[in-house]
Amino acid sequence: MIKMDKMSAGAGSLDAGYDWDRLVQEDRVSRQIYTDPVIFAAEMTKIFGAVWVYIAHESQIPNNDNFVRSRLGLRPIIVTRDSSGRVRALYNRCTHRGATICRQDSGSAKGFTCPYHGWAYSNNGKLSGVPWPDGYADDALDGDKFNLAQVARVDSYRGFIFATLNADAPSLDDYLGGVKQPIDEWLDRQPGGKVAVCNANRLKFDGNWKLAYDNAADGYHVVFSHRSLLAMENRMAEDKGMTYYKENPDGAPMYVRYFGNGHHFKDKRPNMEVRPGAMWEIESLHPGMEHVEEDFRRRHGDRANELLDLASSEPVNINVFPNLMLLGNHIQVVQPLSVSETDTTWWGTAVIDVDGDIGDDLEAINALRMRTQEGFPNFGEVDDLMNFEQIQAGLAAAEDEWVYMHRGLGLEEGRITVDEGGVITGPATDEVFMRETMKVYKRLMSDDPAIGITRDPDAGDG
Amino acid sequence: MNHDPSKTSHYVDAGFYEKLIADFGGWQSDAAEQSDVGLRDSCRRFLEKEARFLDQGRNAEWLGLFAPECLYWVPASLDGGDPRREVAVSFDDRRRMEDRVFRLDTDHAWSQQPVSRTARLVSNVTVYATDAADDVFMVRSNFLTTEFQAGDKRIYTGWYGHQLRRLGNSNGESWQILVKQVNLIDCDQNLRNPSIVL
Repeated sequence: MIKMDKMSAGAGSLDAGYDWDRLVQEDRVSRQIYTDPVIFAAEMTKIFGAVWVYIAHESQIPNNDNFVRSRLGLRPIIVTRDSSGRVRALYNRCTHRGATICRQDSGSAKGFTCPYHGWAYSNNGKLSGVPWPDGYADDALDGDKFNLAQVARVDSYRGFIFATLNADAPSLDDYLGGVKQPIDEWLDRQPGGKVAVCNANRLKFDGNWKLAYDNAADGYHVVFSHRSLLAMENRMAEDKGMTYYKENPDGAPMYVRYFGNGHHFKDKRPNMEVRPGAMWEIESLHPGMEHVEEDFRRRHGDRANELLDLASSEPVNINVFPNLMLLGNHIQVVQPLSVSETDTTWWGTAVIDVDGDIGDDLEAINALRMRTQEGFPNFGEVDDLMNFEQIQAGLAAAEDEWVYMHRGLGLEEGRITVDEGGVITGPATDEVFMRETMKVYKRLMSDDPAIGITRDPDAGDG
Repeated sequence: MNHDPSKTSHYVDAGFYEKLIADFGGWQSDAAEQSDVGLRDSCRRFLEKEARFLDQGRNAEWLGLFAPECLYWVPASLDGGDPRREVAVSFDDRRRMEDRVFRLDTDHAWSQQPVSRTARLVSNVTVYATDAADDVFMVRSNFLTTEFQAGDKRIYTGWYGHQLRRLGNSNGESWQILVKQVNLIDCDQNLRNPSIVL
């Protein structure tokens, strides 16, 4: 049992009186879940405190004493690999008067000293000293009381680090469940089954965070929201990019899959053949592409295809509720800022030559991979974000309450399959994944989770 | 073999990246600053023309200011970073610049519907000579671009690094952009709808 300072989340009372059966229905949800600041405040506890939330990637803190700043909901945290190698999520908040103690995005440090009054902490969260301790009564600073708050449960899955404040949450492994399979496949196509996070394409929008998550496996919006991108990708070449959406995407081989716990997966790979080079062939046009391709084909013959695929975007959307999305080669993180402001950060990933098979070509592959990754944030995501902002604007109309997500509802027979484990599969254009996620959302928002922090650096084990 | 850089991207190779990083790292040496007032004014007029084309939505004419093999680069790192290992806000070769303009002209680029109104100020122009060639200069300037979009006024600001080639013609000097680097002061922060050409 993990020793935690149990506390009432306080969220139970925040949204007392909200009728969740009314706000979230089978075919529709109330605009209020996107616009109400009280609901947003409750989400920061009941979702961004109570389920496993993605906070960082291990490649951002490869060595002991490395740290990276992050957030758990609105809580400022420092993800550290402490001096003994343990990964921690420390609250970036001085125990004394509340100032943040780390103001650098990332770096290496054995500890953190508050700039305000000089209280110092080790990178495992333990208070290591305060200036002029004689000014405190005997025993006033003893025990754990003034150690940094930290998250007792921090765990990672194949490099992805998650944290939860909920002692009653299932293990991370159980929480991820079926979505581990597409994550495994996404990683296993990379050399050594690994990627390294580099920097990010960083965007934001004036809209609720759930608008981004609702969109994450939505195959219905593509030909409309991304009309300019599809036209651009195919202005000089055919069958590039997301062209497989153009003809009746309802009947295309791609599918959407729902795994439970709000995790879903839009798999567009069935639209292409399974062979080396197939991904590269549909890749739209990027800087340096022809140079690299001709060079690789000349020097590597048939093997060029597998090297070129490493620079190509994988046509998948793997979505881990509530804030992690793997798409193409990006690790996209959705960060709520307020009920109507959201950061969406598209971390780029690079190939690592784990087994030394790539050698001198690594730089050319990664340079091209950077260029393929810049494409969608530049020419696709900006249009989605405008549409999210315009949803938020439209939802200002209070009397017109409902947001519909009923595409495919009532047409399940022959269209939707459910396997023995409850995994649901349907056309990539159905909104079944949104409806299922909203059921989870409703359950979480109706709960009163026992969340808490610890100040004992020895507590918890992930 | 000659390749049309509007159609295929052959020139963005290892040498291109190396030269780019070398040219845009530490090029602002005080010793290389040019004191010639006429040269500075010529560069400044050219930068102001570029800003005017963008403010007026004359995107095809804006493209015409660039050399056939060119780059429009908005780094996501304060020092420009290493584009071989980092994603940029934008890293457009000639073809991708034309893609960008094509997309904006489709009338279906929702991030630019309605089209942003912009007013660009370009100032603090400093011209530097280069070792590489007598007709190639590095020009540093500060910019302040105010955008009106979706009921809001927004600001992009920072400094431009232009690598310019001087073209002689009968009317005196004219210029061609080899590389335009846009250094936003908030390049490593989350940006709201960065869909205009900066």
